[in-house]
Amino acid sequence: MFKNFMSWIEYRMPFMEKMNLHVMQYPAPKNFNFWYFFGSLAMLVLVNQILTGIWLTMNFVPTAEGAFASVEYIMRDVDYGWLLRYMHSTGASAFFVVVYLHMLRGMMYGSYQKPRELLWIFGMLIFLVLMAEAFMGYLLPWGQMSFWGAQVIISIFGVIPVIGDDLTLWIRGDYVISGATLNRFFALHVIALPLVLVVLVFLHIIALHEVGSNNPDGIDVKRPNDGQKIEDNVSDKFTFHEYFTKGGKKIIVDAIPFHPYYTVKDIVGVVGFLFIFCFVIFFAPEGGGFFLEPPNFEPANPMKTPEHIAPVWYFTPFYAILRAVPDQLFGAIFMFLAIIFLALLPWLDRCPVRSVRYRSNLHKANLVMFCISFVVLGVLGVLPATPTYTLLAQIFSFTYFAYFGLLWFYSKNEKTKPLPVRLS
Amino acid sequence: MIKKLFTVLALVASSAAMAAGGHAVHLDKAPIDLTDKESLQRGARMFQNYCLGCHQMQYQRYSRTFRDLGIPDDVGMATLGFTANKVGDHIKNAAPKADLANWFGAAPPDLTNVARVRGPDWIYTYLRTFYVDPSRPFGVNNEVFPLVGMPHVLQELQGIPYKATETRLVDGVPTEVDVGIKTDGSGELSTEEYDRAVADLVNYLEYVGEPSKLESHSLGVKVLIFLGIFFIFAFLLKKEYWRDVH
Amino acid sequence: MSNAPVDHGRRRFLTIATSVVGGVGAIGAAVPFIASWNPSEKAKQAGAPVTADISKLEDGQLIRVEWRGKPVWIVKRTPAMLESLTKAVDKLRDPASEEPQQPDYAKNDHRSKKPEIFVAVGICTHLGCSPTYIMNDFEAQVEGIPSGFFCPCHGSTYDMAGRVFSGVPAPKNLMIPPYMFVDDTTILIGADEGTA
Repeated sequence: MFKNFMSWIEYRMPFMEKMNLHVMQYPAPKNFNFWYFFGSLAMLVLVNQILTGIWLTMNFVPTAEGAFASVEYIMRDVDYGWLLRYMHSTGASAFFVVVYLHMLRGMMYGSYQKPRELLWIFGMLIFLVLMAEAFMGYLLPWGQMSFWGAQVIISIFGVIPVIGDDLTLWIRGDYVISGATLNRFFALHVIALPLVLVVLVFLHIIALHEVGSNNPDGIDVKRPNDGQKIEDNVSDKFTFHEYFTKGGKKIIVDAIPFHPYYTVKDIVGVVGFLFIFCFVIFFAPEGGGFFLEPPNFEPANPMKTPEHIAPVWYFTPFYAILRAVPDQLFGAIFMFLAIIFLALLPWLDRCPVRSVRYRSNLHKANLVMFCISFVVLGVLGVLPATPTYTLLAQIFSFTYFAYFGLLWFYSKNEKTKPLPVRLS
Repeated sequence: MIKKLFTVLALVASSAAMAAGGHAVHLDKAPIDLTDKESLQRGARMFQNYCLGCHQMQYQRYSRTFRDLGIPDDVGMATLGFTANKVGDHIKNAAPKADLANWFGAAPPDLTNVARVRGPDWIYTYLRTFYVDPSRPFGVNNEVFPLVGMPHVLQELQGIPYKATETRLVDGVPTEVDVGIKTDGSGELSTEEYDRAVADLVNYLEYVGEPSKLESHSLGVKVLIFLGIFFIFAFLLKKEYWRDVH
Repeated sequence: MSNAPVDHGRRRFLTIATSVVGGVGAIGAAVPFIASWNPSEKAKQAGAPVTADISKLEDGQLIRVEWRGKPVWIVKRTPAMLESLTKAVDKLRDPASEEPQQPDYAKNDHRSKKPEIFVAVGICTHLGCSPTYIMNDFEAQVEGIPSGFFCPCHGSTYDMAGRVFSGVPAPKNLMIPPYMFVDDTTILIGADEGTA
């Protein structure tokens, strides 16, 4: 009965066929480590954001008069409203934690390199949309930080020559940030950008499954089949979708089916992540003032700026670069370049070896320096801009960009270690 | 090079910690306990008697306060609910907002979330560091909120506070040294009693800032225990399957 | 790579156990989403019991009180109206109030606590219109019954105890809300001795 039903479906829409292709019989390298949890975790957080977001819209009022009060209404009057809101606000920060680590993984193991350039580009687009999504979402509670943070970020567009002023006016839809701004941000935040995000995530995964997952060794698990028997190959035990072997033209080495091996492994990662995530939700939802900033518990007041405005922590590395440049326009340009350079990594890195494991010490040091720069810039972006901090921000902005310049320079003739033939 | 880097990092980290701490003025740790219902009830009474004249809690309902503080509705309405028509009303006053703004230079802020904006330690210190300053319109100034526009409404409890100084030898030279704030003893309460009363009020403000906090903590413990158990099963399952691979 | 035989029993047990624990977690995670649809504190407070002063209520007069956004009628029935209740019995669909449209204390001939004071939710049980109170000319609707309630939407008729006549679209008697007498002249609607 059930079998008949399934084959009826299968004939009309190859559901099991696609499940096999993308989950059950998808060959995943057997040596994924800790860093490979963050892709599935990003999916989990996305689902969390969509669900809690839908539920929050059920009580949120997107007007300048009603927004702040409606958030308090959710926090106080709606059953478990506080939990749904904390899940969403903590989820926003968790999204960036997970995505930043996911990107770092890609940089460490050269996952952006050929043939995964498009996959990386989709990833960068997801990152951009995510930043827009987070920025617009942060305006919605209509607190002091919502208002003034949005004020600062929208003003960045004002530095664009000629059209800048008209552009900021157009984005706001008013002479100041007002109910009109709130309403359009609400529409974009709850409908437009999530749709784009879901489509991009879909494309990201399709692109991934086409080229296959990279791994910590950065060597291919799908190889041309020259008919030679490969010793001790764990993949021999399993069936993979014929799509991946291209009708016997390719052979799969040291890969295992995604299900059950990575589904059960990802569950471990998910539960571990949820432990930390829930700890923050239930015991420290403000995240030390970084996830929910104290001034945001005061309603927006266009007459009074809080003593110290900093964007939410996940924007601060880029914000620090913006502030480090003495010229407004160039500051904004460098901030965008900081992201553009990341997107250009597949072409800046000319080394044939992917994984940091087999690359030169220079590259390792360069990558470490990049991470340090990113973190230090993040910290500096939170702090008020004093001359010392500005100088530091300039130094670390320089090392941030130096990563890309140096990489392009040394990667052409880099002294790499010999690659292993098989996955470790 | 590496050493230099670490020095810089340490510098940045310590300034970040300072920025998170915020104010230069030392804040006293507020001795508060959200599970102490009697303290919360005393704090609620303090709020109704001394604060509600000018400040509101426009997002908090009387009924919620009564329920969470263990006060029966009828008792609460009789003893605390004097601005309410119904027990479900928000804790508001009838003071004309425009007049208040004129009298004090700025409208008194809503206090529903004040503990989340300022932090309990700030409020605890603030309410205990008013001091006489004839140059100010209400004759008082404040250590953590210089040029404050609010009169010292708790003066009848604390007495008249003043900045005390002592003559001490500094490097051999007699110098006037700040020794904190003392009162003239005209208040209804002793210093310890006054601190306790302020702590009760702060405790209540902390509660109102996040009424769901205790529920959140107790639910959180259960969730984390559950996740711990789930982790064991998930981990064993993973190990079991991965025997095929390793 | 171990070539030890797979322990299918253990694998099966752990799979089921993890699924069960995960399922419990999923149900737990659904709770806040489901619970958040309950009436909020605001709705509950707006729907809190309301009091009505009946000291000035005259014989035969109907007053309306809003409770949970619905009209609640309070009628002071005259002796003649009470008398007419017995006359109507054989024309009614549910004369003994068998349907649970009232609290137990209103499941009697006059469907009320005190015979003369009638309290009911003034919403037709057919499609939710509010019927009209016809004090004197009800004979035009039901022969021999001087007063009652007539729903203008689809012509349903009720007697002075809110009992529906047979042969009209409305299926049930009018709803009686929980209520109690705080004192002789004050009624609390929405709560009774059992809940207050």
